[in-house]
Amino acid sequence: MEANDKKAKPKIKMAVYWGAACGGCCVSVLDVHEALFDVVAAADLVFWPIALDTKYKDVEAMADGEIDLTLYNGAVRNSENEHIAHLLRKKSKILVAYGSCAHMGGIPGLANFSNREGIFERVYQTSESTVNPDRVRPQPVTKVKEGELTIPEFYNDVRTLDQVTDVDYYLPGCPPQTERLVEVFMAIVTGAELPPKGSVVGALEKTQCDECTRKKTENKKIKEFKRPIDFVDDGETCFLEQGVICMGPATRGGCGYRCIEGNAPCRGCYGPPADVPDPGARMMSAIGTMIDSNDEKEIQKIVEQIADPAGTFYRFSLPGSILRRKLL
Amino acid sequence: MEYHPTIVSFLCNWCSYTGADLAGTSRMKYAPNVRVIRVMCSGRVDPTFVLTAFEEGADGVLICGCHPGDCHYHEGNYKCLRRYKLLQMYLQQMGIEKDRLRLAWISASEGKQFAHLADEMTAAVKALGPCKIKENIETLS
Repeated sequence: MEANDKKAKPKIKMAVYWGAACGGCCVSVLDVHEALFDVVAAADLVFWPIALDTKYKDVEAMADGEIDLTLYNGAVRNSENEHIAHLLRKKSKILVAYGSCAHMGGIPGLANFSNREGIFERVYQTSESTVNPDRVRPQPVTKVKEGELTIPEFYNDVRTLDQVTDVDYYLPGCPPQTERLVEVFMAIVTGAELPPKGSVVGALEKTQCDECTRKKTENKKIKEFKRPIDFVDDGETCFLEQGVICMGPATRGGCGYRCIEGNAPCRGCYGPPADVPDPGARMMSAIGTMIDSNDEKEIQKIVEQIADPAGTFYRFSLPGSILRRKLL
Repeated sequence: MEYHPTIVSFLCNWCSYTGADLAGTSRMKYAPNVRVIRVMCSGRVDPTFVLTAFEEGADGVLICGCHPGDCHYHEGNYKCLRRYKLLQMYLQQMGIEKDRLRLAWISASEGKQFAHLADEMTAAVKALGPCKIKENIETLS
């Protein structure tokens, strides 16, 4: 990196962090492949736990606003995630909620169907491979003879990044399409005019359906809902018209409808399109128009074929939805 | 202090709002807990409206439209019925009691039925107690 031409303008400082995440978002940053050379030519990665051995204390030692760009991926599920979210906010000029989890809660957000006690009971008690007669549970503080051991506190709820701290931009996706990341990154590096704060970047304003090239008719009619495992896709007709839930109508485009291209219905990782606060509500609204029956009993029968409406419509967005969590 | 639930109602312009208006002009007494929002058609009631009402502290939501076959826009009330069925499934998965959301057909001449419905729903929601969604969201933020 040092060998790069000295006349080039100063490099920006960049950080990538994972909260409650699977690691896929960090890998999507690596997926820039050879463009990684352009990235490191333009940016110094000052903090990136998956790839670099930098410590939290290194970040704490930085001046406020010293980092130009931070990509925070993962939801906020424990006190460590929250602490680092606040820390990186303080140290960063631009904080991006990177990926579905930071944006809307993502897959870890499905934990909002339960709570800490429910999750601990399952994981440390009732799961088939667990034997725990003493009901040992993780404790934030444990006293041992050498002193106190601490681990982060596990929260009752999963939260999106912007429910915890101030976020400048959202880059959705599970994970975000790497090409979109490169575009956004280059815009920041070249000093292009940035969109207003709070914008969703690296995605379209409109829905998946707007881009999708499958055969569609003006008025979709659904008589029966099927699960993807229970039907044979003809490979060219709109999934909804074939009776399979596809989140396309309630999901922002921009990924290049890659799942649909791969003959799998959209699951909604890009979050709702512009001006739609709640993807599930939009989906219920859209499906309500398509169900082909006016008879109450028949409608009931048809909607009951959707095995798990909440989990299906809010697969990536439960903490970021209007109701945020199940009432327990 | 006695608990007075807040019930947000969405009434369609052509039948149900006129029906509720009839209850008023006929000086019928009914529970004042039902807050009326007039919409052009029950088909205009986006599920977002219902969820937002709960988010902002409603204890119950009532949607009223024209009787089947009578919709001014032919099939808005059927769309509403389908959305209602989906919403009910979703709300129950979210731990929200079935009685907190209701859909009823009220024609322009059914002032009495509307008054009765308002009383009945108020009693049902009162029995359930306050809806905890708003409180829940506040502790989260």
